[in-house]
Order: sequence, then C-alpha cells, then structure tokens
Amino acid sequence: MSDAAPKNYLNVSSTVASWLLTLDHKRIAILYLISVTIFFFIGGAFAVAIRLELLTPPGDFFLSETYNRMFTMHGIVMVFFFLIPSIPAVLGNFLLPIMIGAKDLAFPRINLGSWYVYVIGGAFTVTAIVMGGVDTGWTFYTPYSSTYSNSAVTLTALGVFITGFSSIMTGLNFVVTVHKMRAPGMTWFRMPLFVWAMYATSLIMLLGTPVIAITILLVFAERALGFGIFDPALGGDPVLFQHLFWFYSHPAVYIMILPSMGVISEIIAAFSRKKIFGYKFIAASSMAIAILGFLVWGHHMFVTSQSMYAGMVFSFISFLVAIPSAIKVFNWTATLYKGSISFQTPMLYAFGFIGLFTIGGLTGLFLSAMAIDVHVHDTYFVVAHFHYIMVGGAIMGYLGGLHYWWPKMTGKLYPEGLSKLSAGIVFIGFNLTFFPQFLAGYMGMPRRYHMYSPEFQVLNVMSSCGASILALGYLLPLAYFLWSLKFGRDAGPNPWGARGLEWEISSPPSPHNFDETPTGIEDPYNYGVHKYGVPKEHK
Amino acid sequence: MRLPFSPEQASSLAPEVDNLYLYLVALTFFFTSLIFILIVIFSVKYRRRHEDEEPAPNHLSVWLEISWSVIPFIIAMTIFFWGTVLFFKQFSPPANADEIFVVGKQWMWKIQHPEGRREINELHLPVGRAVRLKMTSEDVIHSFYIPAFRAKMDVVPGRYTEQWFLPTKAGRYHLFCAEYCGTNHSRMTGWVTVMEPEDYEKWLENKQASDLPVETSGAQLFKKHRCDTCHTPSPTALGPRLAYGTHVTLADGRKVLADEKFLRESIVLPAAKITAGYSPIMPTYQGQISEEEIMQIIQYIKTMDPNAAETPPSVPAAVIKLGNDTVDSAQTQQPGMDAGPGIVEAASDGTSLSQQ
Repeated sequence: MSDAAPKNYLNVSSTVASWLLTLDHKRIAILYLISVTIFFFIGGAFAVAIRLELLTPPGDFFLSETYNRMFTMHGIVMVFFFLIPSIPAVLGNFLLPIMIGAKDLAFPRINLGSWYVYVIGGAFTVTAIVMGGVDTGWTFYTPYSSTYSNSAVTLTALGVFITGFSSIMTGLNFVVTVHKMRAPGMTWFRMPLFVWAMYATSLIMLLGTPVIAITILLVFAERALGFGIFDPALGGDPVLFQHLFWFYSHPAVYIMILPSMGVISEIIAAFSRKKIFGYKFIAASSMAIAILGFLVWGHHMFVTSQSMYAGMVFSFISFLVAIPSAIKVFNWTATLYKGSISFQTPMLYAFGFIGLFTIGGLTGLFLSAMAIDVHVHDTYFVVAHFHYIMVGGAIMGYLGGLHYWWPKMTGKLYPEGLSKLSAGIVFIGFNLTFFPQFLAGYMGMPRRYHMYSPEFQVLNVMSSCGASILALGYLLPLAYFLWSLKFGRDAGPNPWGARGLEWEISSPPSPHNFDETPTGIEDPYNYGVHKYGVPKEHK
Repeated sequence: MRLPFSPEQASSLAPEVDNLYLYLVALTFFFTSLIFILIVIFSVKYRRRHEDEEPAPNHLSVWLEISWSVIPFIIAMTIFFWGTVLFFKQFSPPANADEIFVVGKQWMWKIQHPEGRREINELHLPVGRAVRLKMTSEDVIHSFYIPAFRAKMDVVPGRYTEQWFLPTKAGRYHLFCAEYCGTNHSRMTGWVTVMEPEDYEKWLENKQASDLPVETSGAQLFKKHRCDTCHTPSPTALGPRLAYGTHVTLADGRKVLADEKFLRESIVLPAAKITAGYSPIMPTYQGQISEEEIMQIIQYIKTMDPNAAETPPSVPAAVIKLGNDTVDSAQTQQPGMDAGPGIVEAASDGTSLSQQ
C-alpha cells in the first residue's frame, strides 16, 4: 500500500501495544473476535468428545466423572464465553457506532476494559479446566454445586462471575451510545434493526447479569464459608437457587438469540433489496421479547415442586413471548415478497436461521405446555430444543453476520463457492445432529447421561455422525477467512450493493469511521425508495 | 394414538399427553412447511435476474401484521389451556390412591410400600390402581421419571414432593433419574414392573420379616428415639402435642400448618420453628434418623388422634380450636383462652401438601 493511501483502522499502527491498548471499537471487536473464536473451539472440542462417547450405550472412552466434566465445560464455555459475547461484543462493537453515524462507543475505555475483564474471567475458567474442571452442569444446581461436588466449582464460578461484568460494561456502553451518540437525523426509527436488537440485548445484560453475579456469590458463600442458603441441611432452600439462576439465565437465552435476529433482519433486507417488512413491528417485538423474557423463568421449574398456579402463570407468559418471535419470522418471509433475491453466503445462513429458528421456537411451545413438559423436561428433547435456538439460531446468525460484514471488517472477500458449500454443510450437519435428539427425548432419554439404554443407540449414532459433519462446517470458515486475509480479493466499500451507513464508508473503515459526521440520514432500508417513492401504509 | 418414537403408553394419562403432543407436532409441521414453502416460492419467483435490479418497496399492511399476531396468539392459547388442564390432572391424585414412599440418594432409589415391603431401584405396581408417591432426597435433587407413564417429579432434599399415576398396562418400564445428581447420575436407573393385581398381592406378601407396615415402624422408632418422653398428651408435657394437619402457633406469633414438611423440619432442625409456650430444648436428630425413618415416624404421627384428651379442660395448656367437622368442636373449645402453649387449630384444607 502506498503512503498516499488513507490509513484504515487495521494498518494505522501495527505494534502489539497499539492493539492491546487500543480504544478503537473496531480493534476491540477484533480482539473479541479472536478470543470468542478460541473459546468456541474449546467448547466445540468438548462437544466432539461427548458425541464420541455417546456412540455406544456403555461408557467407552471416559469415566463418568470425566464425561460429566466435559458436558459441564462444554455448556459453560459455550454459553458464558462464546454465545453471550459473540454477536454483541464482536459484530455489535464493530457496527453499532458506524450504523448510527458515531465515531466510537460512548465509553471507549470501558469498552477496552470489558475485554480485559472477559479475558480474566476466561483465564479463571481455563485454569479450572486445567485443574480438572467442574461437574455440576452449566446450571450449577444446588445443593450439588454448593455442598456435594468435589470439582473446581469455586474457580469456575468466579470465572463466570468476573465475565458477567464484561457483559454489564458492554451493555451499559451500548445503551448510552444509542441514546447519546446518534448522528443528527438518525431518529429512533431510522436505526437499523440490528441496532434495535443490540439495544434490547443491552437492556437484558444490564438488568439481568447482576442477578447471576449475586447468585454465584451466594453459592460461593455457602460452599466456601458455610452460610446456609441453598442446602437444606444448613436450613437453606435448594429450589431458591433455581429461581435466582433462571431469573438471569432465561433472559440470557434472549441475549443469545436477539442479536442474531438483528443480523438476520439486516441480511434479509440486503439480499432481497427490500425495505424490511413491518420495521416497527420487528423493532417493537425485540423490546417485547426483552421485557417478557424476564417473566418466564418459572417454566424451567414445572416439576420442581413449584406451585401449580405459579406454573400456570409462567406457562401463560411463555406462550406470550412466542408471539413476538412469530411476528419476526412472518415479517422476514414477507420481506422476500416481490424482492430481488440473491443467494450469496450470508443469505443462505439467513434462510438456515429462519428454518431452524422456526423449529426451535415451535418446539418451545411443547415445553411451555406444562403437561408435555412434565414428560420431556430434562430429556434430550430439551437439549434438541435449545440447540435449535442457540446453535441453529444464534450461531447461524453469528456466522451469517460474519460472512455479511467480513468484507467490511477486513476489506477482503472470501471464496464464494467454498463458503456456500460450508453453509450447506452446517445446515445438514446441524439437523442430523440435533433432530434425532427430539425423538430420543420424547422416547424418554434423560439428558446428561454418560451411559444410556440400548434402544436409544440408533438416534445417538445419527447425532454423532451429524456432529462430525457440523464440525467440518465450522472449520471451513475458519480456514477460508484466514486465507482471505492474505489472498482474498479487495472487497471495495459495498460488495453487496447494500444500504446502511456502514456500506457508505471504506472497507476497512478509517480509524474514526467517518471523516465528517454523516448528514442526510435516511431510512436504513430505502431500497427502491428513490425510484418508486416512499411506501404507504395500508389499513 | 401412539406416534413412532414414543414410549409405551402404560398409564391412564399417557394417551392424553400423547394427544396433545400430536396436536403440537401437527402445528409444528404446518408452520414449518408454510414458512419453507413461502421461502421457496419467493426465492424462485423473485430471484435476482440482473445485478442492478431494484424492486419497488412493499406497502406495509397493518391488517397483515395484526392477523399474524392474533392468529398465533389464539393458537398458543389453545395449547396453553389444553396443557394446563392436563397438567392439573397430572398433579391432582384421586383421594383413594395408595401411598408409596420413595427416597432418592446418590445413586439409588429406595422404595417402601405401605404394607412394609421394600425395594431398591425397582417399583412394583398393580394394574388399575392409582398410586401416589411421596418422595424426598437424602442429599441432592433427583427426579423420578417413568417415561411410559409420562410422569416425572423432582425429588428435593428438605421437602416432600408427590406424583401419582394409574398404571393401565402390565409390563416392565424404565425408571430414570432425570435431574443431574453427580458422578453416577446415569446409573441411577431402575425398572417399574406393573403386574396384575393378584400377582401384586402375592408379591407384597413375599417380604422380609423386618418389612413392617410403615406406621408400625414409625411407632417403634417413636419409642426408640424417646419421642414419647416429651411429646405426650399430658398437660405438663415438655413438648407440644403432635397433631397432624392442624395449625400451630409459633413463639413469634406466626401460625403454620403442621404438615409433613413442618414435622420433618421439626425433627431435623427443631430450633427453626418453636411452638408458642415451649422452650427450645429438643435436640436435633439430623444425621441420626434417616429420611425413610422420618417418613415412617410422620406416618405414625398421622395416625395419632389429635384429640386424645388426657387434658383436663380447666388447664389452658392445650387449648384446641376445632374447625373440623369430624370432631365435635363444642366439647373442647375454650373461648377467651388464647396464647396457651400448643394451641392447635384443625386445618380446613387437606390439599396444601401437594405442589408446595
């Protein structure tokens, strides 16, 4: 690159310190990208080991103690160190300021701080893994976690506790940025839906994460200091823990899925060149999910000796929270109508997301129906359901988003054919892995079983085969993304012909995003508007 | 109707759960296909034909938005009502259900039939008779799950939980622990054997000499642990009278129902709730009496007559207010005398045990 070319955020300086002490939201996003990718593959390695062990009914490769630690570490690493930070801290960090016409987040130092907090929390957890891991399940149910488990509960819990602060810092930063940093003319209803999704997610992070922090401290107090809070032998109540845990951890599911929904809204609009259908309904449904999500925690506890009447209320609200999700799916589908649809890689992920999220969402209705939940609670049916949401939904959205914005983040194009192939592999591998688990679950196979009854074997073999295909589908993008950094063609500012402020600046963006504060801000999806005029509302 | 990939329907409610499941499977299939077909049609019909295509924006239709909010809501409510009504059936045992006692511990199920026969990791039941399991745990949370009955309930230390079912089909069915409980969670499994009633009767008879009926064991334990030293109906007794199902006034003025949970707590953590008028002198029996023994003692206490009055009416030590139609309330009611030790009041509802 010649000296005359304007510097971008990647090549503006190249020292290690310029990365580790950077206050640029885009560089912090890259730091997060690297660290969540490492945790994704650590969590994935545990999944591979689990699926390998479950090929046959008896225990073959591992002791039960080891197996229990592996599924626990898989859950903890994937939930707290990959899924929760993935889209907000990587794509949100990179795009949120650009999308609203700002030069950075409101608090760049807090942003950098959040990454360090995340890394410290991660270091605790990795240390716990090295010291033998935890065997409580990612749910840390008491009194097993607080009294009975002999594993590294305290260290891991501290890791999760610390990492929670990084969520809080990110959430705070996003909320303030959206309120105070929008460019002139960027009204609330001109914000891209990804920004709305980030805003809703940030509210959950801010309001929910302190609760899990307190809960973990209480487990710590009981385990290390002997305070009787959850263990009935000390006068505590073990079910209290579940209320506190799910008060955070159910909304945390929405921390994982809402950002993906935001990504999908962007991709669908861009690759059908359509103003997103029902913009305000999609934005409002994100907010509705964020709020209602705090009121459904008891649906994890229908058979925990919770009152039947409480169960009824939680069941009812759980059905309510399904409606905004349905609205989104219908609006995305309607956006395609009379569009100009192209099938580039991000769009394939978006289609995959809609299909898998629809199944994941509808099977959520099975679990909200109390009578069915009694049978399938704590079986593989639940495992299949939440993997359809978290892997089929959240990770498809994350990968779709990475493929969509990779040219913006790096200025490079990845190989189109290979990336389409890998999207197909992910979709097939995913369904082969997780669909049989619905069947195994309804047949009665409990989750977290190291050894299982022989009649479940065929379904488990299918699942394990699927997992190996899925693993390939995840390794391919890692390979061609890295390849593209050196060998990829230059992307140019707008390779997709998409709308939105991020596509109006160079790729990769300059260190301050915009040379001048953007003006004349329009609807983020004004495809066809200049040609045909603003659409009317039909009553 | 029984779908493929579903377990045997061996209880009265299993077919009902499966019907609701079938309804949900049909809905899932319908909506997934609907979305899939629309995406395929739109993708073919509106595929991009040249690079600089820019279609006209769609007009927003508020009616469309409302209809695809309201219709899913109505459908969701049908599932909600169906699921809730059936759930209430699943957790409302018939009054004549036989009681069986279950204790979970890492990593086994200990079961005792009221007639005394005990078993481990096995549960024998007769066809056509409703049974109610009273369950607790010695250590962590477990969950008693019989897929063929579509029945599951957590087994929680420090409290009693219940579930019931009516087996309809003889056979041998899986029993699983469904709540992760530590290292050998996946080995905490067993079998439920449903037998014809006459076979079951024979099976019950074939017991060890030590398998006494539950209340009998309870009565022996009551003596063995010297509970009867203090808990006598005598007005000068050191301990409050034991009256199951009544309301007890505590030293701090609260009133609590003397249910199984309260009795259990009073045995293992006697200082937690002190009955008004008594000193907190009872030692804890935590670690000295097993959960099965506590269940047996409670069953024995339930057989005690709360009005076995050795109490002279003039002594305010055991004022009994009765609201229960099984006993003549006029006899012992003493208006104006309150706050005496051991004030008990008959419970008006017997339902408060389930689902607490």
